[in-house]
Amino acid sequence: MNPTWSRFNITSIVLGFAFLYLPIVLLVVFSFNESKLVTVWGGFSTKWYVSLFHNQGLMDATWVTARVAVISATVATLLGTLAALTLTRYTRFKGRTLFSGMVFAPLVMPEVITGLSLLLLFVAVGLDRGFVTVTLAHITLTMCFVAVVVQSRLITFDRSLEEAAMDLGAPPVKTFFQITLPVIMPAIVSGWMLAFTLSLDDLVIASFTSGPGATTLPMKIYSQVRLGVTPEINAACTILIAVVAVGVIIASLANKRREVQRQRDEQAAQRG
Amino acid sequence: MKSLGSIRRDFAPWNDPNAKPYIQFDKVTKKFGDFTAVNNLSLTIFEREFFALLGASGCGKSTLLRMLAGFEEPTAGRILLDGQDLRGIPPYRRPVNMMFQSYALFPHMTVENNIAFGLKQDGMPKPEIAARVGEMLKLVKLEQFAKRKPHQLSGGQRQRVALARSVAKRPKVLLLDEPLGALDKKLREETQFELMDLQQSLGLTFVVVTHDQEEAMTMADRIAIIDKGEVMQVATPAEVYEAPGSRFVAGFVGNVNMFEGKIAHGEAGAASIDAGNGITIRTEHAGDAATGAAVAFAIRPEKIRISSTRPAGAVNAIEGEVYDIAYLGDMTVYHVRLDDGQVVRASTMNAARITEDPLSWNDRAWVSFRPDAGVVLTR
Repeated sequence: MNPTWSRFNITSIVLGFAFLYLPIVLLVVFSFNESKLVTVWGGFSTKWYVSLFHNQGLMDATWVTARVAVISATVATLLGTLAALTLTRYTRFKGRTLFSGMVFAPLVMPEVITGLSLLLLFVAVGLDRGFVTVTLAHITLTMCFVAVVVQSRLITFDRSLEEAAMDLGAPPVKTFFQITLPVIMPAIVSGWMLAFTLSLDDLVIASFTSGPGATTLPMKIYSQVRLGVTPEINAACTILIAVVAVGVIIASLANKRREVQRQRDEQAAQRG
Repeated sequence: MKSLGSIRRDFAPWNDPNAKPYIQFDKVTKKFGDFTAVNNLSLTIFEREFFALLGASGCGKSTLLRMLAGFEEPTAGRILLDGQDLRGIPPYRRPVNMMFQSYALFPHMTVENNIAFGLKQDGMPKPEIAARVGEMLKLVKLEQFAKRKPHQLSGGQRQRVALARSVAKRPKVLLLDEPLGALDKKLREETQFELMDLQQSLGLTFVVVTHDQEEAMTMADRIAIIDKGEVMQVATPAEVYEAPGSRFVAGFVGNVNMFEGKIAHGEAGAASIDAGNGITIRTEHAGDAATGAAVAFAIRPEKIRISSTRPAGAVNAIEGEVYDIAYLGDMTVYHVRLDDGQVVRASTMNAARITEDPLSWNDRAWVSFRPDAGVVLTR
């Protein structure tokens, strides 16, 4: 096949990328707008970034979001890893199918339903809505994602590694912490990051389960947009995009480098 | 001297009635659900022996090894090691170590940490660990690879790390699960001899599981041939090859020609077998099959002579037609179709470079053999 840049190919690429990135580019550009009007360009300025940091409401929301995300991602990773371990290790206990179905159901459950049912639960048990309830709700939401990621790693995990460790004198608990955990750690870390991002940008469930004093950043942004988009919001979103982009780029670069290094090592090993 | 014995001439504890068994499988049965992997199996292994469990995949040989290591518990029966019943003792408290088929090297540890892992579990002081690791690295000739991770090693090097790791603790027994399975042919042959040397120099008891009969024949003092969870025969490699106990063993180890027939006339030390279609085989016969009993006469290809005319004075000679010839360099294998349709395999060493009057396809030929060249099998 001749890999030429035909007109068709170029058009497809331009259209595709425009579709994906035009809204984001617009948002970034207008975050540097001098004018207070969101859709009218009034010259370059970074004043909205300055005023952003003086907007106590937004800063509070950011702080809440960060705490919710870190705590819920950590707890969800713990629970999700345990669920994944059980599901891959004990393949023949009673009710396994039901259990695995129940762990993975929230994956496909409409968020509105998850949010509403959690709200009903919190009201029923008399839990005041706020920081705790949002965090609990996010653990529920993200745990199954962690379980999926960790489980897919555990399926390819060579059980003879654990047997070898035990054979060499390590009791089961020691084997788990010295062999199993370090080997599946990359999957656990990606599970944590996935949970963290999911919690970071969740609006629906947070809206249902949050209360006064625990407004998350997506909620704050959404409520402000309803009063009209200000360039300040654009600035906040741009920072968010930058943070996520830098994270993704660093992660993929590190991954790529490790992969290249590994291939080089393996080739060297084959040569002798 | 007429003998079918051990290659290590002065090592044959299995013939000594006073020798104490080291590992004993006593009527061991292992079931996985409805499937019986090991069926009421008894087996005795002696100290410092190189013992091979040989069988096709799924015959239960790996289950035996895993029961010895402690990863599986027998459903019934006992396993004794040096007189001690192993039931209920977890793998991490058994004085046996295993080398895994996949090597199971810890991917996140360097070569030296892999080897040191077992020693650390025992709480050995650091200087001693370092000394032992160095010794092991030297033993497997990997000194300059100590700081590498497993993925930075070639297949043969990984195999040697796995070996070093499993012998580092000086176990009473080393279990090897298809130790050479993942290596290419040439490396495999070299490593076979290395393993034998290692076993000799460390004075350990080795139990190796393999499906490769050549590997078992080369390395082991004795071989147990396992089929469907039962022991078919336990014997030295030479006995297994030259005096198989059953049709299964004869067919499983090496190539064999089998003539089914009836004992036409039997007396002490000799018998003639009516193999049908006018073929009568005269043979030495050590067994007790009576006249009229259905038996098989088994003879190895290299013990059959092939010639274009009937050899003078041959006791057993059958005529047929050359049907296939395979030239293998060191030897040539002829397939001769007898007049009753049975195909006999005969192999000839190519001792000379040039053969006069070579046999060719479709030539008439005679296959002949001595009365003591084959064995009579009743089972």
